[in-house]
Amino acid sequence: MHNRDVARFALVALRGYPGRTTLMLIAMAIGVAAVVVLTSLGEGARRYVSDEFSSLGTNLLIVIPGRSETAGVNPTTLMGETPRDLTLDDALALTRSYSVRRIAPLNVGSTDVNWHGKQREVTVIGTNHEMLAIRHWELSQGKFLPDSDLDVATPVCVIGSKIRSELFGAKRAIGEWLRLGDRRFRVIGIMGSAGRSIGVDVQETIMIPVASAQQLFNTPSLFRILVEAKSRAAIEPVKRFIVDTLQERHQGEKDVTVITQDAVLATFDRIFSALTYAVGGIAAISLFVAGILIMNVMLVAVSQRTAEIGLLKALGAAPKQIVVLFLSEAFLLSLLGTVAGLVLGEFASLLIRKAFPVLPAQAPLWAVLTAILVALLTGLLFSLLPARRAARLDPVLALSRR
Amino acid sequence: MIDLQQIHRNFQVGDQVVHALDDIDLHIAAGEYVSIMGPSGSGKSTLLNLIGLLDRASSGRYLLDGEDVTTLSDIEQAATRNHRIGFVFQAFHLVPRLTAAENVELPLVLAAMPVEQRKPLVARALESLGLSDRAHHKPEQLSGGQRQRVAIARATVTEPAVLLADEPTGNLDHKSGDDVINILESLNKRGITLIVVTHDPEIGGRARRRLEMRDGQIETDSATESQGA
Ligand SMILES: Nc1ncnc2c1ncn2[C@@H]1O[C@H](COP(=O)(O)OP(=O)(O)OP(=O)(O)O)[C@@H](O)[C@H]1O
Ligand SMILES: [Mg+2]
Repeated sequence: MHNRDVARFALVALRGYPGRTTLMLIAMAIGVAAVVVLTSLGEGARRYVSDEFSSLGTNLLIVIPGRSETAGVNPTTLMGETPRDLTLDDALALTRSYSVRRIAPLNVGSTDVNWHGKQREVTVIGTNHEMLAIRHWELSQGKFLPDSDLDVATPVCVIGSKIRSELFGAKRAIGEWLRLGDRRFRVIGIMGSAGRSIGVDVQETIMIPVASAQQLFNTPSLFRILVEAKSRAAIEPVKRFIVDTLQERHQGEKDVTVITQDAVLATFDRIFSALTYAVGGIAAISLFVAGILIMNVMLVAVSQRTAEIGLLKALGAAPKQIVVLFLSEAFLLSLLGTVAGLVLGEFASLLIRKAFPVLPAQAPLWAVLTAILVALLTGLLFSLLPARRAARLDPVLALSRR
Repeated sequence: MIDLQQIHRNFQVGDQVVHALDDIDLHIAAGEYVSIMGPSGSGKSTLLNLIGLLDRASSGRYLLDGEDVTTLSDIEQAATRNHRIGFVFQAFHLVPRLTAAENVELPLVLAAMPVEQRKPLVARALESLGLSDRAHHKPEQLSGGQRQRVAIARATVTEPAVLLADEPTGNLDHKSGDDVINILESLNKRGITLIVVTHDPEIGGRARRRLEMRDGQIETDSATESQGA
């Protein structure tokens, strides 16, 4: 039998039983669509987190006080508990490497902001002028923090656009003096609309020179030091330089943790990839269920078409040809179901992307390929038994049953 | 051309053995017209299925054109059925999804004949049975007599040497039954070996050679009778 004839025979057989065919198509399509949608959600979440981390800056290293047991990220390092202080001098010492492009010390605290009787609580970030470049932030008005020595406490501040609109409304903010805690600061700049940072919306913060923040919060220590390496290749040497320099400065104690953006990214990447595999695997189970359904329906088909099978044998179909005919039918069915499932799944992903633009929900290629492969294989595998049963039918009995 | 030697066919039913065919010796020459009659359960269908290679003997030898076909593999038997044997059944056994022409085409499709060779053969087979205008009808759109004629076209499209018919008129009224028998006889006149199983004495009597079966054995054979007389 020619392949074209086999395909045509299978297609006509599928059309001959529309109810059964539709049922199996739906089962297969749902399985494939489930894999596509769930993995696209997982992938979307992974990409979302990875984009968030990329927004931290490029070639970035983050120095955190305290030594973590493992080199990677753990809750303690992220919570930023402070066993030994980082100081402004530590930060200065880190500029003395050719591979370091710029550094920004970081202090974070929370206090009340006051302007002409209007008051709210804000997050205050103490840092230096380099922060703008490290984080790729933009100003919408005025200037950023002045390029002065780290220990100079100039009473100026840069405010987020939300703070500006809440405190000043339509009035001009640049040049105004506002009160943070018990100190007065002059507004010199307003943050642009772009610029996010993990967990903190820059538009709701106020930035002041790091020395001013140390006075305001009455602490000599730093929360973090951000270090930007000159290139990607320089990240590892800079990391070693930071650890060695600070060890030397801290009486030989290795008491800081340096995390690179790459390491953080890799960790989250692993977590979300695992998650995507897991949901993909769970969805694949529905393909397996579809396979079992196909097996049952094909078994029914074989017993309904017993006389036809007997006839084919009488007309000279060898057992192998009968197997091929039934497998082709199942394969064609799986193929159509898979195509329908892919269309359905991609469409659902598209809807998700439209509904939640921040979530780049797009099924990864490996998931799509696996779904196709698993669907086609289950279709074939589970119809093997019915096809073999058809091929083994005794033609005399098959023809006499009516 | 058909040569059965000491053929037995036993069926195990529970702990009982049914001798459906009990030591059959039968020779049928090419071009013969044979009818097989006998009471229900006497083994007529079993004999026909065996001749048609749909069934295997429990013991004995079966030579088809001098070739021992009892020892052929499934695949070789299937090919033999395809090329050399045509079947006509009481229940027609047309594939309901396929048109008359597609049903007739089926044995050629199974034999992997190229499309351009198939089409003229199918057209000719349909025409010789007066079905050209029904080629694209589904079986459900055809009368019983027309269905059986499609089945005959299908059985003869491969130009087999033997045509086996198991009660070909059993599901037909008298008129269309007569038509079918006339068609089968005209095929026989053109050289095909025709074996018809029937309950109808009138039809059975039309054959040149008549076999009577009883309890798995050939009770009378008009050929040997006339020899004896
Ligand atoms: N598959 C089978 N299993 C068990 N017994 C069978 C089988 N096929 C046939 N038989 C038995 O073999 C005997 C002959 O059956 P067969 O069908 O050849 O009879 P028949 O002459 O064609 O009868 P009818 O005129 O009713 O069609 C019967 O006793 C039947 O019960
Ligand atoms: Mg019978």
